Amino acid sequence: MKIILLTILLLFLSGISLFVGVADLTVGDIVQWDREKISLIFVSRIPRTLSLVLAGIGLSVSGLVMQQVTQNKFVSPTTAGTLEAAKMGLLAAMAFLPSSSMMIKALFAFCFTFAASLLFLRMVERIRFRNVIFIPLVGLIFGGILNAVSSFFAINLNIVQDMNAWMMGDFSGVLQGRYELIYICLPAVFLTYIYANKFTLVGMGKDFASNLGLNYRTVMNIGLFCVSLTVSTIIITAGAIAFLGLVVPNVVSLVYGDNVKKTLPLVALAGATFLIVCDIIGRLLIYPFEVPIGLTVGIIGGAVFLTLLLSRR
Amino acid sequence: MIEVKHISKKYNNRVVLDDISLQFPKGKVTSLVGSNGAGKSTLLSIISRLLQQDNGHVLVNGKSLTDYKNRVLARHLSVLKQFNHIGMKLTVRELVSFGRFPYSENRLNAEDHEIIANAIRFLDLENIADAFIDELSGGQKQRAYLAMVVAQDTEYILLDEPLNNLDMKHSVQIMKILRRLADELGKTIIMVLHDINFASHYSDYIIALKDGGIKYHDRTEKIIDENILKDVFDIDFVISESGSKKVCNYFNH
Amino acid sequence: MKRNQRIIGLLTILALVAIASFLLYNLGSSWQFALRLRSIKIVAMVITSCCVAYSTVAFHTLTSNRILTPSIMGFESVYMLLQTILVFVYGDQTFRVLNSFGNFMLSIACMIGFAFLIYILIYKKGRSNMYLLLLIGLVLGILFNTLSAFMQLLIDPNDFFIIQGKMFASFNKINQYLLPYTAFILLLVISIGFYMAKYLDVLALGREQAISLGLNYNNMIRLFLIMIAILVAVSTALVGPITFLGLLVANLTYELIRTHSHRLMILACCLVSVISVVGGQFLMERAFNFSTPVSTIINFVGGGYFIYLLLKVKKI
Repeated sequence: MKIILLTILLLFLSGISLFVGVADLTVGDIVQWDREKISLIFVSRIPRTLSLVLAGIGLSVSGLVMQQVTQNKFVSPTTAGTLEAAKMGLLAAMAFLPSSSMMIKALFAFCFTFAASLLFLRMVERIRFRNVIFIPLVGLIFGGILNAVSSFFAINLNIVQDMNAWMMGDFSGVLQGRYELIYICLPAVFLTYIYANKFTLVGMGKDFASNLGLNYRTVMNIGLFCVSLTVSTIIITAGAIAFLGLVVPNVVSLVYGDNVKKTLPLVALAGATFLIVCDIIGRLLIYPFEVPIGLTVGIIGGAVFLTLLLSRR
Repeated sequence: MIEVKHISKKYNNRVVLDDISLQFPKGKVTSLVGSNGAGKSTLLSIISRLLQQDNGHVLVNGKSLTDYKNRVLARHLSVLKQFNHIGMKLTVRELVSFGRFPYSENRLNAEDHEIIANAIRFLDLENIADAFIDELSGGQKQRAYLAMVVAQDTEYILLDEPLNNLDMKHSVQIMKILRRLADELGKTIIMVLHDINFASHYSDYIIALKDGGIKYHDRTEKIIDENILKDVFDIDFVISESGSKKVCNYFNH
Repeated sequence: MKRNQRIIGLLTILALVAIASFLLYNLGSSWQFALRLRSIKIVAMVITSCCVAYSTVAFHTLTSNRILTPSIMGFESVYMLLQTILVFVYGDQTFRVLNSFGNFMLSIACMIGFAFLIYILIYKKGRSNMYLLLLIGLVLGILFNTLSAFMQLLIDPNDFFIIQGKMFASFNKINQYLLPYTAFILLLVISIGFYMAKYLDVLALGREQAISLGLNYNNMIRLFLIMIAILVAVSTALVGPITFLGLLVANLTYELIRTHSHRLMILACCLVSVISVVGGQFLMERAFNFSTPVSTIINFVGGGYFIYLLLKVKKI
């Protein structure tokens, strides 16, 4: 029921999202089949809305998976060094193969995120029983280290500002032919759905999972694979979006609890809805200019998360 | 004397302590017993100012806890909770020296050194006085912490489950020391205990808590009674005499 | 105890050797000028080293762990955001509008104001959870980073170099007029901090034992947090962010010295810190002729050491 409602809301908002933009576009234009306007829809508006939906689903589901496998509500791509690792991969691609395609860049980013996730998980396994807040703090320092390394190379290559431009989450550059990479995160999300319960069990610890006959390493690696694939493709097509993977799963779990099989679709839909809303706000706020979505989500998501933290208990 | 007047405490609207009033007799060993969640530890924490109560006050020698300066209060009342992991490398003697902090901070004088040496002797720690705390066994560690409390030389000593994680031999050892502290040095000891038999053997008074209230408060021999204990713990007890003390068997309820 | 004294002695000698080599190596013909220039750098390095050493050791004791750094509370994000805003608003006129002294003072004020803000947010309702405090700092830090990143996109690439220069700590462009002020603040805070180090010894026993031994726990935490904030603010405003220096030197010190006395520990940590910074700078500048700022090397080494600690060390 909730899922149907949320789907309707998402479809409605996606519809609105299609008609917001600098170039005038009304429903009437579609009815009259204005050639120019129609091509605008296919080249720019639909790709944008679609990639927004996919990125929203991908990032929030990734956040959920990371929270499940670490059994820690505060872990997300933002607080585990994942975004920074992707940035490092992107930098490596730009440094070694300056004219590489998006695909190659994504491959680099994926390799780096996967490696970083493995490393982070190793660390988490060692400090599992510490205070819950300790782990995201470690993740943040980890991200800081990766960031220091990439900034150092970026400075020497003189591409600091370019790097930052790449990393700022922004969907205004999404056009037909430049965003299709993001579809890669679809199979990853499906895989996540199939494995959802297993991620929770694996999160309980190696002994616990083995006791139930699960192959701990395999399941863990599948989880990290999905997360890395999703995050790196989204970063290459749209840039980094902080807090999304942190806030959405947390809000959903506050309202609907922690049964992943049940909440996963909700998390996915809520993530997409949240991202679309933020995008519409960003596009209207200083019309005809745009506030990049990384900033809108950062501010709204950050505010939501702080409220959650401070109202706890 | 420690006096507790109309203490109440709530956690998220769940009442943990409800209007508790008590007096603890001087120079005696008093045990707080009760099921999990009865409010024993909360009460102990409030008396030892680790936790703030919602209502009521705690009087130490007729003066409210809040009217004491922290450092002065630390010369009257000490508390020992579960020992936590210490990051620093610390020897037993150094740990015990901290007991003198309320008096001399870190400038120990001759008298302090003597008190520290006495405390180490009292707890029979002389041969491991220069060992590092993190290299000790559980029983030795607990004794080292107790020595610190002894060096703090307070009239009142509050302990939260001092036998936690100790085997039988070390539990008995610790209880005997506590008994000596009361009998030989005249300390007032208040502690939370889980094992009713330890409470029965080593304490003068027992306070039984249930659902945030005081159910019974009397001399030990009065409390160790089949009906009273059943009322407190909701399980059946068979009580037998063993010497002058009573032993409670609750394994066949 | 003998062992500790020997190590402190050795560290002192090493620190002096590092300072002397930095000052005197290959002075050249215009030695008075060079010496003056190097002395300024040395003072700045010593000040930064001590700030970092004290703040990190105290922070480790307050949070009872060894792998966090005070900068995790978001101080550096505040600093970068302020610098970005300044360049964003004034462009290449920044230096004319606000001289380095003004910038220095404003940076310190912002960072300390930020520390108070987090503090008020949490303690308003009587909560005193150290980790919650860190997490709030962390979230605000990410938020500020996002804001900075956004503004940095809009800045003219030429002006951007001003910010890029601020991103990494450097001892090479210290403003000598700032030194007396920083030295004064540092001396004041460090002497109070050194006097109060005995309370850190007690705080290391944990909250319950600290209260039982007569400390006003909440006041103590507050006081130390303010001192840490001031020290981090001073060193960041003086040379820029050096995130991982504290992590590195504090843990090296814990390996070297076994004591519960924070006075000894902090002293040793200051020495280790001076040796690493001055020695590192000396090797970089004179011996190897590298142009890489020593702070980036420290971030590399410190960051690597952090990962090593997490993966290899048994007790954390």
